[in-house]
Amino acid sequence: MGGTIFLVNFFTMGAAPVKIAVCIKRVPEMDGAFKIAASGTAVDETGLKWDISDFDGYAVEAALQMTEKLGAGEVHVISLGPDVVQETLRKALSMGCARATHLKCDVVPFDPFAIASALAAELQGGGYDLVMFGKMSIDSANGAVGLMVADLLGMPMVHGCSKLDIAAGAGTARREIEGGGELVRFSLPAVVSIDEGIARPRYPSLKGIMAAKKKPMDVKPAQLGPVRLTVQKMDLPAARAAGRILGEGAAVVPELVRLLQQEAKVI
Amino acid sequence: MEDSLYFEEQHLQVREMVRNFAREEVAPVAAHFDAIAEFPWANIRKMGELGLLGVPWSEELGGAGLDLVSYMIVIHELAKVDASHGLTVSAHTTLGTSPIVHFGTEAQRRRYVPLLASGRVMGGFGLTEEGAGSDAGGTRTTAVRRGDHYVLNGSKRFITHGGVGEIFVVTAVTDPSQGTRGISSFILTKQNDDLAAAQEHGIGHDASLRPMPGFSSGKKEDKLGWRASDTRELIFQDVEVPAENLLGAEGQGFINFMRTLDAGRVGIAALSLGIAEGAFEEALKYASVRKQFGQAIATFQGIGFQLADMATEIEAGKHLVYHAARMLQEGKSVTKSAAMAKLFCSELAMRATIKAIQIHGGYGYTKEYPVERMMRDAKICEIGEGTSEIQRLVISRELLRNLVA
Ligand SMILES: Cc1cc2nc3c(=O)[nH]c(=O)nc-3n(C[C@H](O)[C@H](O)[C@H](O)COP(=O)(O)OP(=O)(O)OC[C@H]3O[C@@H](n4cnc5c(N)ncnc54)[C@H](O)[C@@H]3O)c2cc1C
Repeated sequence: MGGTIFLVNFFTMGAAPVKIAVCIKRVPEMDGAFKIAASGTAVDETGLKWDISDFDGYAVEAALQMTEKLGAGEVHVISLGPDVVQETLRKALSMGCARATHLKCDVVPFDPFAIASALAAELQGGGYDLVMFGKMSIDSANGAVGLMVADLLGMPMVHGCSKLDIAAGAGTARREIEGGGELVRFSLPAVVSIDEGIARPRYPSLKGIMAAKKKPMDVKPAQLGPVRLTVQKMDLPAARAAGRILGEGAAVVPELVRLLQQEAKVI
Repeated sequence: MEDSLYFEEQHLQVREMVRNFAREEVAPVAAHFDAIAEFPWANIRKMGELGLLGVPWSEELGGAGLDLVSYMIVIHELAKVDASHGLTVSAHTTLGTSPIVHFGTEAQRRRYVPLLASGRVMGGFGLTEEGAGSDAGGTRTTAVRRGDHYVLNGSKRFITHGGVGEIFVVTAVTDPSQGTRGISSFILTKQNDDLAAAQEHGIGHDASLRPMPGFSSGKKEDKLGWRASDTRELIFQDVEVPAENLLGAEGQGFINFMRTLDAGRVGIAALSLGIAEGAFEEALKYASVRKQFGQAIATFQGIGFQLADMATEIEAGKHLVYHAARMLQEGKSVTKSAAMAKLFCSELAMRATIKAIQIHGGYGYTKEYPVERMMRDAKICEIGEGTSEIQRLVISRELLRNLVA
């Protein structure tokens, strides 16, 4: 496998170039107001603004910083979806990624395994030392695709890295866990997913935007896996009732306690 | 304007980047720099790194190599959030740098443009004098040739980047008998007067630039708006300027600067449009959440119609600005279209910001909301780079060009 050959190179030659793939998803920006589409099973996409999913953006930035630090190597970006994902890929190219692959399908299936199968088919044999994902997409929030890809590729997987470093055929990562952190070490090639806090994505410079136009964008049909999981129904959180101000100072505390016990029934 | 006839995918990418930068890096500090009236060096550095201080210049000269539509998008998007940041781009690029790009020798271009385009040092443009405002041809600053140099004496008023800049293009009279054809332009260098603050961010100064003895900046203006932009007097006392710093041919200075102002006016139009649109967006957002009489105030027809008028006028302004930008890009004369764009958009900025304050009610009159700053920033757009009266003069002169002798 390409990765194994590379591993040898890395040990014997030192600063061999690393090849990193970052899988990115195009998602709606979260600061807008959402409506549910007539189907009842998806978000109404009219008028939404789209961008790279937050965690995927951190992954792109972390990947670029690693290759910059090593002074060698390149970052490829891959996205699955309809033609509009090329916009998102082009943004990653303008940030400094070297090459993009668009895995084309009309609709992005909800089933993470269907997506993971297509990504794994593309990544397999690509000679990547590291495959990166965001910890989860900020729209469907499954957080499963990266894990499934790792399994399909038979590679070690570190989920939710808040720090990441690679050198000499191995990587180290920090994960934030309940009440603390843990440092892990893994061999390459590997799959990692990125948590927030690792790196704030850079703005594409104007030069980067110009350069992106000349970078390669491969378009291939997505080899989706079977779809065994679908959304049956979506609903919006119930509108919150308006708050009530009882007054100020210690005098209102007994009334507050009474309401919390008897009306809100929370204490 | 996703559907705009003027934009291609690359323009939308530039717009998205600048919009994000403005929202995340400029908006949070705009009120602060307005209050303290200091130059925002930290952001200037970031803008330089992103290529925003040399948008239209070739990569060879250290620029980003984009077209003038992209350049106007940059000014427009920054000004939506903070006019001072937008002005910095416009004054530095069109006023401070473009005369060197367009009228300079190859050696002058190579010497100065990369320093400016990268944002390493700031540039400025000295035309206005105490006695020569609207009547810019009334320049009194003199340049007398002595051997291999000129000696400059006089002063300039209200010069953007007067303190923070190191490279200036200025006009001076070389032949008093020739009227405006006796005015020439020169490239002058001095040291940044805000050096300590600038160097915290590693920019603002270049050791290769020789400060010219006798060339200094005067007092900093304390202004109604554009407060994060540095406006000062420039003073010339027996400044020896090497003859190689003559910019363009002798006697061409005024003519060249008028051409520069044509382009500059498109920039101020884009800036004004940005202020108007920024104020409109604030008003729209506020009117849709502020409730009185049990309903969002935007749903009162009296407010909704005002918003509709603002949106319509802004749309009209976009056509004027981006049409003029396209004309400029294609090398056509923009004297009339630039003056029209600037006149319409600057007056629109004033109307829109006043309406935005009105829609905010008492809250709009406080510094809790950005609309009062936007109104203060809008006023100067009707004055700088030619007052509204002068724009009308330019437009009417163009209308009558072939009709009245
Ligand atoms: C913040 C700021 C930044 C500036 N930056 C620069 C800069 O970087 N470089 C630079 O060179 N200059 C700069 N200026 C100067 C600016 O361009 C002038 O202030 C402007 O051109 C007006 O000149 P004036 O102030 O002398 O006003 P005046 O010319 O004295 O005008 C006073 C009034 O008379 C009116 N008026 C004058 N002539 C006529 C006429 N013929 N018909 C009808 N009405 C007329 C004007 O419209 C105005 O209402 C700046 C000014 C400010 C305030």
